[in-house]
Amino acid sequence: MLQLIIRRVVVAIPTLIIVSMLIFGLQRMLPGDPILTMTAEESNPEVVAFLREKYRLDDPMPVQYLAWIGNVLRGDFGSSIRTGLPVTEMILQKLPITVQLATMAMIMAMLIGIPAGIIAAVRKNTATDYVANTVALSGMSIPNFWLGIMLIMVVAVQWKLLPASGYVPLTQDAWLSIRSMLMPAFVLSTAVAAYLMRHTRSAMLGVLNSDYIRTARAKGLLSKTVILKHALGNALMPIVTLSTLLFGDLLAGAVLTEQIFVIPGFGKLIVDAVFTRDYAVVQGVVLFTAIGFIFMNLVADMLYILINPRLRHPQ
Amino acid sequence: MTQMAQGAAGTTAAQPIAKRKGFRGLAKLARNRGALVGAGIVILFALLAIFAPLLATHDPFATAFTSIRKPPSAEFWLGTDEIGRDIYSRLLYGARASLMAGVVSVAIALAIGVPLGLISGYFGGLVDGAISRVIEALLAIPSLILAIALAATLGPSLVNAMLAIGIAATPIFVRLTRGQVLAVKTEDYVEGAHAIGLPHGLIILRYILPNILPPVVVQATITVATAIIAEASLSFLGLGQQPPNPSWGSMLNTAKNFMTQAPWMSIFPGGAIFLVVLGFNLFGDGLRDALDPRDS
Repeated sequence: MLQLIIRRVVVAIPTLIIVSMLIFGLQRMLPGDPILTMTAEESNPEVVAFLREKYRLDDPMPVQYLAWIGNVLRGDFGSSIRTGLPVTEMILQKLPITVQLATMAMIMAMLIGIPAGIIAAVRKNTATDYVANTVALSGMSIPNFWLGIMLIMVVAVQWKLLPASGYVPLTQDAWLSIRSMLMPAFVLSTAVAAYLMRHTRSAMLGVLNSDYIRTARAKGLLSKTVILKHALGNALMPIVTLSTLLFGDLLAGAVLTEQIFVIPGFGKLIVDAVFTRDYAVVQGVVLFTAIGFIFMNLVADMLYILINPRLRHPQ
Repeated sequence: MTQMAQGAAGTTAAQPIAKRKGFRGLAKLARNRGALVGAGIVILFALLAIFAPLLATHDPFATAFTSIRKPPSAEFWLGTDEIGRDIYSRLLYGARASLMAGVVSVAIALAIGVPLGLISGYFGGLVDGAISRVIEALLAIPSLILAIALAATLGPSLVNAMLAIGIAATPIFVRLTRGQVLAVKTEDYVEGAHAIGLPHGLIILRYILPNILPPVVVQATITVATAIIAEASLSFLGLGQQPPNPSWGSMLNTAKNFMTQAPWMSIFPGGAIFLVVLGFNLFGDGLRDALDPRDS
């Protein structure tokens, strides 16, 4: 098992290197002098000279890349031209907010999607199944920023049930923090809930048609026991890995959700950075997301190995 | 000589089967209620976009300070916006931006992705390794974030948004095409084509491409749905269609500031995005069911 895990980690390394090259290339695609875009109008000759030296801009491209990646590996993504703060610090500050949002969204998506998928599979081709499928397809089609606006209009403004926007840190007031995140998390969860429902349904259908389920039923076991104990265990395996992978989608979706609900997270950071042409921040955020995604991929692989006994003991 | 005969026999036998399957798929598609509803929605919006100049009741750019944020009425069917423009007319013209963005960006993704996937899958080896690594790297960046970064680099405009979305959607097509090519490559009719000494280009275009198209078409349909949402998202963030040109996403961006005073400003553009995307998703689902070889 350890061997399998090590192999997966080794395979991820070239991917990471290429991601970093792409992101480096993206920045160098920008018209004009990268230092001028980094320092904006304020071009103190000393600062410019220092940065030219730091990023080795007078050297050939490969040397420049190595200088940049060397800094990145030391955790130095450069500093923001807007706030002057190191990009790493800004990201680490915003990350917990988005992670809270994404985690709540993932929990909601699982609580909605998986049971709905099981019910739809058990009641295949009935009205329940059609309704579940239609709701899932709608969940995939609804733009989440629009759903956010609609919910604020109804739930916050009309019914006054939940706060319309804003963010309260978990450490400051846990209950209020969760309450103010309920709506954004639900909005963010819809697409993932829909995917989970559809995948759970098809995985369950596949398992329910298999021989061992027929045997279990033939033994006279209760239908509930067969579905929950025998079928679900096997059907859930791909769902667990899928959920891990969908975390990346949640991060991307958070960009718009945070914009609507005015949550000062990771997503808002990249949008603000784009508009202030704060390229070091954009670059840092994109690279950070990619690293996060590759890491989640590894986690998914490992989970799959852990829960799948057939892979646990390779010959 | 015998090899040649075998190759030829292989291809002639394979083609009618493919055709018959196609017809059966079409019949299945016509019986799928969801797919028909989806196609209906898409066609309706396409017609609205094409005939926008005829159907519009007002000039989509004309502002009027006497009719600011008016609720829906006989004169303004879907109300007016914050500077008195008719929302219904802007919605019609906005459909052009949305549908065009959906179709053009998927066309870009197909134009880059399918050839790369064909080359990668067919030739294998070093070329495949290089292409696959880059694709894996691109897949590691969530496509909306990649599109935002690209659109920001290229500069905000509808054309750049389409380019950014197209590039961000390319990896899926490379990966899908490659996988399909690997599956088809070992079929007898492809080996037969090799045996009679046909050039690679011809084998790829005549024997492989037609056989891998069904899943690519399904993916393309569903990606149009994603691309429309992506364009609306970029426009919502101000990275797509630039004002005063109408786009559903940018309409929603201003509408969110008037949620309580003028809810119609957000209800209709968002509803339009939702319906079109649902249409493409329904149609794509139906196509998948109809073309899925596992079903037959």
